[in-house]
Amino acid sequence: MRDFDYARAETRADATSHSGAGAQIIAGGTNLLDLMKLEVMSPDKVVDINRLDLHKITPTDEGGLRIGALVSNSDVAAHETVRRDYEVLSRALLSGATGQLRNKATTGGNLLQRTRCPYFYDTAMPCNKRVPGTGCQAKEGFNRILAILGTSEHCIATHPSDMAVAMMALGAVVEIENAEGETRNVPLDDFYCLPGDRPDVESVLEPGDLITAVVLPEPLDGTHIYRKVRDRSSYAFALVSVAAVIHVVDGRIATAALAFGGLAPKPWRNAEVEQALIGNAPSDDLFGKAADILLADAKGYGANDFKIPLARRTLKAVLRQATETAQ
Amino acid sequence: MNQHLKMDKKEADVIGNMAQGVIGTGAPRRDGPLKVTGQAKYSAEIGDGTEAVGVFVRATIARGRVTGMDRDAARKMPGVLSVIDDARLLRNPAQGTSNAAPVQDPSEVAYFGQPIALVVAETFEQARHAAQSLKVQYDAQDAVTDPSDSRAEMEHPEAKQTEQGDVATAMAAAEFTVDSTYTTQAQNSAAMEPHASIAQWDGDKLTLHGSYQMLKYNRNELADSLGIDPENVRVLAPYVGGGFGSKLGISPEAVGAAIAAKELGRAVRVVMTRPQVFEATMRRSETRQRLRLAADSEGRLTAIDHHASVSNLPGEAFSEPVAMATHFLYAGKNRKYSHEIARIHRTCSGSMRAPGEAVGMLALENAMDELAHTSGIDPVELRLRNIPEVHPENGKEYSSRRFADCLRDGAERFGWSARNATPGQVREGEWLIGLGVASAARGNILQESQARVILHADGSATVETDMTDIGTGTYTILGQIAAEMLGLPLDAVTVRLGDTEFPPAAGSGGSWGASSAGSAVFLACQKLRQSIADMLDTDPSELTLQDGVVTSANRQQPLADLLNEDLTTIGHIEPGETSKSLAHAGFGAHFAEVAVNSVTGETRVRRMLGVFSAGRILNQQTATSQCHGGMIFGIGAALTEDMVHDKRDGHVVNHNLAEYHVPVNLDVPQLDVLFLEERDESANPLQSKGVGELGISGAGAAITNAIFNASGVRVRDYPATLDRVLPGLPAD
Amino acid sequence: MTLKTTLTINGKDRVVDADPRTSLLDALRHHLDLTGTKKGCDHGQCGACTVIVNGRRINSCLTLACMHDGDEITTIEGLGTPEQMSAMQDAFVRHDGFQCGYCTAGQICSATAMLDEARDGWPSNVSDTLDGDVTLSEAEISERMSGNLCRCSAYPGIVNAIRDVAEGGSK
Repeated sequence: MRDFDYARAETRADATSHSGAGAQIIAGGTNLLDLMKLEVMSPDKVVDINRLDLHKITPTDEGGLRIGALVSNSDVAAHETVRRDYEVLSRALLSGATGQLRNKATTGGNLLQRTRCPYFYDTAMPCNKRVPGTGCQAKEGFNRILAILGTSEHCIATHPSDMAVAMMALGAVVEIENAEGETRNVPLDDFYCLPGDRPDVESVLEPGDLITAVVLPEPLDGTHIYRKVRDRSSYAFALVSVAAVIHVVDGRIATAALAFGGLAPKPWRNAEVEQALIGNAPSDDLFGKAADILLADAKGYGANDFKIPLARRTLKAVLRQATETAQ
Repeated sequence: MNQHLKMDKKEADVIGNMAQGVIGTGAPRRDGPLKVTGQAKYSAEIGDGTEAVGVFVRATIARGRVTGMDRDAARKMPGVLSVIDDARLLRNPAQGTSNAAPVQDPSEVAYFGQPIALVVAETFEQARHAAQSLKVQYDAQDAVTDPSDSRAEMEHPEAKQTEQGDVATAMAAAEFTVDSTYTTQAQNSAAMEPHASIAQWDGDKLTLHGSYQMLKYNRNELADSLGIDPENVRVLAPYVGGGFGSKLGISPEAVGAAIAAKELGRAVRVVMTRPQVFEATMRRSETRQRLRLAADSEGRLTAIDHHASVSNLPGEAFSEPVAMATHFLYAGKNRKYSHEIARIHRTCSGSMRAPGEAVGMLALENAMDELAHTSGIDPVELRLRNIPEVHPENGKEYSSRRFADCLRDGAERFGWSARNATPGQVREGEWLIGLGVASAARGNILQESQARVILHADGSATVETDMTDIGTGTYTILGQIAAEMLGLPLDAVTVRLGDTEFPPAAGSGGSWGASSAGSAVFLACQKLRQSIADMLDTDPSELTLQDGVVTSANRQQPLADLLNEDLTTIGHIEPGETSKSLAHAGFGAHFAEVAVNSVTGETRVRRMLGVFSAGRILNQQTATSQCHGGMIFGIGAALTEDMVHDKRDGHVVNHNLAEYHVPVNLDVPQLDVLFLEERDESANPLQSKGVGELGISGAGAAITNAIFNASGVRVRDYPATLDRVLPGLPAD
Repeated sequence: MTLKTTLTINGKDRVVDADPRTSLLDALRHHLDLTGTKKGCDHGQCGACTVIVNGRRINSCLTLACMHDGDEITTIEGLGTPEQMSAMQDAFVRHDGFQCGYCTAGQICSATAMLDEARDGWPSNVSDTLDGDVTLSEAEISERMSGNLCRCSAYPGIVNAIRDVAEGGSK
């Protein structure tokens, strides 16, 4: 870990003014310090925002929920309203990491988790995400946990979050404040960038930006499911995960919100998959078509080829379960 | 005043005639209160905070020479005291019991991740960053890093290519045959305490607090590495945070700490980082095994052929002894073994819990399951039919063996008869349920050991030996043996371990620790009993010692009243004729119930039973825990553990505990362990056998056999991660 | 450059004057002589370093000491002593919830704080419902304790020990 200046922000303005180029905001620190110890990330300055007043969960005027950026993953998962109205989010959080990590990890930080790609994590390896232009070792290497959708020739990393997958399905919006004190709201789907030829750029955040909250819209009716498939029964990253909120009315799927983890460089949402479902009676054929759409452009890199049938099977099972319980 | 025994003949039971009654009971661990309150100090915790800190720099090529490093730049970094690339630094740890230095001179790089320099600084934070910043120049050479690379040099040790009878003819004539190839992946012991040492010199005398399993060897290995007299080396390891083989031999951090401490004239602490533990301590070799079995119409084996391919660095003497149990477990007239070692540039391979059996029995017991399925004979019955009268290759009698009872009693206890022999028939929602069985066997070994027992004038006792307790329960068991023999409450016995100043024991490894060190304690106590008897002018057999009271004939008196001074004895056990004339092993049977998810291929172990015959059980609780540990290693081997080497440069891809998946709590159901009553008169005077490795032997195969029974998917490539199960599952 | 941080550890105010890079774990182990807390991986992948900060269990390896100015920290040394063990410590000894002992401090801190989480009605990934009614079954305990690896594999004993305490066992 390289030496750095430590600054404790007492106000948001403090935080944004400190966090220019070369600085990193630290909240829970569970991923940042992990990476700093390995010198995968080496900020000049670390801005501690834990004293900021971003620890609250409050209802919004629109009937949704505003989750402060510093609310811990544990507190979000255990929050009464989240449990009742956004079950998929609670479930996703509880499936991630461990009790200890969830107590420390924050809402804002979770969104910004870096990939678990082993070549990104090893500074002896070339990696376009860590050092742009050095190449990607993962494509021809051990890529079992890596992406099959949304990749580029430069990077096939996956986004490791569970929380963000559920938030993607729920249509969450990220609230960001910049150094000028201006706030902007970015839908989560637009918040993340696909790797393209700049895999080092993972989100629309600019230097000086501070995530202040994640805003959930009104609750979605229907059955909430978060299904995570992984190598251990606990404490393992998703190989494939599906967040689903499916509402069946009069024997037909009225609304469907779906997002996927473990498949892509960002929590993956494909509106066409949902459109294919909406208005139709649940059936294995229909679910198969939805999976066809989801995986139409899927590309395996060898060790991760299995994710294509696994995603298909998992999606179908989730849809089966969601529509069975709703009927 | 010593008591020596060479195990040349059967030894009658002595312990069983003692009065105290603390042997065999589940006495709680003596070191428990210290460990649960954080007061037990492990190797990295001995310092007073003023020691300098060393962090290793790793090689980032698979093979070649270090031609230079930017030492000056590193030396100028804050707090940096030294950059050490001394030719005495170790390339890799010593193999277990080697008693001499392993390959040295880190400037010759033999594998990716090899330690090549040690950066020492005032603080850990400074040393870590300086180590990460050190620029190294190499002259890289082409390296073969994959055992399946056609360029890999294959070695075929002559002693390991054997054939009795004619396997080919037996295969051709057989009613039923199996011919299957299995692969297992490299594994890491992943003890929770990383390798750690603190070294300090006083003139020519070196004191090393190090996390090691076998101190009498480690002392010599360290001395040899440094080129000094072992008399000048003291190694201490009173508490060891797990070993499982990875701390058998002296490792790079001990030698690095010693060299740095000498150079700087102050104590130096070196703790390997978790990635370094994966990259630069011993791994278990991956294996490729071909098993051929031939059987008659009754399922009686007529031939066994076990071929094993393993790998190691060029020149390393160790190679995973895959076929160990295959030699003696089952009958069969025609037998063939072949063994090849691919010389490749990967992390050194060495002993990890039950070297040989842990991987060899996965293949053997899967093959037996395949034979059961092919022949339509129940897997338990098939095994029972193939238990040999005597060692099938050398005709030796078994020292003791309740193998058949383990299978029978286990089947009964587990509810085996409810198993549906046709795979894929039992379903609970998405989950397919199945049962599997596998045999367990692990060679039992006695090793030379010494222990000192001091019977104090106040009637208490102290046991001293350089034996270690790596979680195995040594503190408790040696205390129990002394308490039993001397008729003292357990609390009246103090056990001091892990210091080369004490008499040398066999160390923890090969499951021989408790029996070997315990026999030395037993012998010392036997001598003390003789001394007490002499004082009373009687024979030791006439003595009853209990709760600190001596009863002889009709006289009763407190032991302390009899003693005027401390009595000190050293017990000394050596293996003898019995180890040559008989076949020695612990036996058992594993039963597993698994659920395989028909959608995803995920497997969950729902129930598991291990039944073992392992001689006298010295402590029911610690022995049970050892078997739990072995069985859970079996769960890891079967389902999750896979140390991945990049095929291009051999580097360990998942060198961390997030992606090298040791089982977590939720992966493990409550496990059932049953020990059958057994005494082994030929093993050692305690009549006990080792259990630490018996529990892993075969355990994983019971799980993969259960996966087959559940789903019809025969996974032959370990571990059975979901991607290996998925292709065989019914269509979505 | 060093930073001064005041921590309340096991009820006592302690000052750490250390490199800002110092993790809370290393501050405990090497600056405050509280070596009961263990370093197993240094990356939040094993749980051996678990301590309780402001009532919550966390991995002390993945946080900087300087971020905890004014925080209340409980380590294994603060839970009990060999002579006066906490109920959880005592249960771990009775149920053989450890072997080598290296993960044990983390297990016990984790288990101690986990019981509070369950009492507060926090659900887990294996809870059938999220309604806040938590019964600490074997599976619930196992899931909630899966952030603490034990390579000796004392999991059965660990679960039994915690169950014992959760059900108000002896002591």
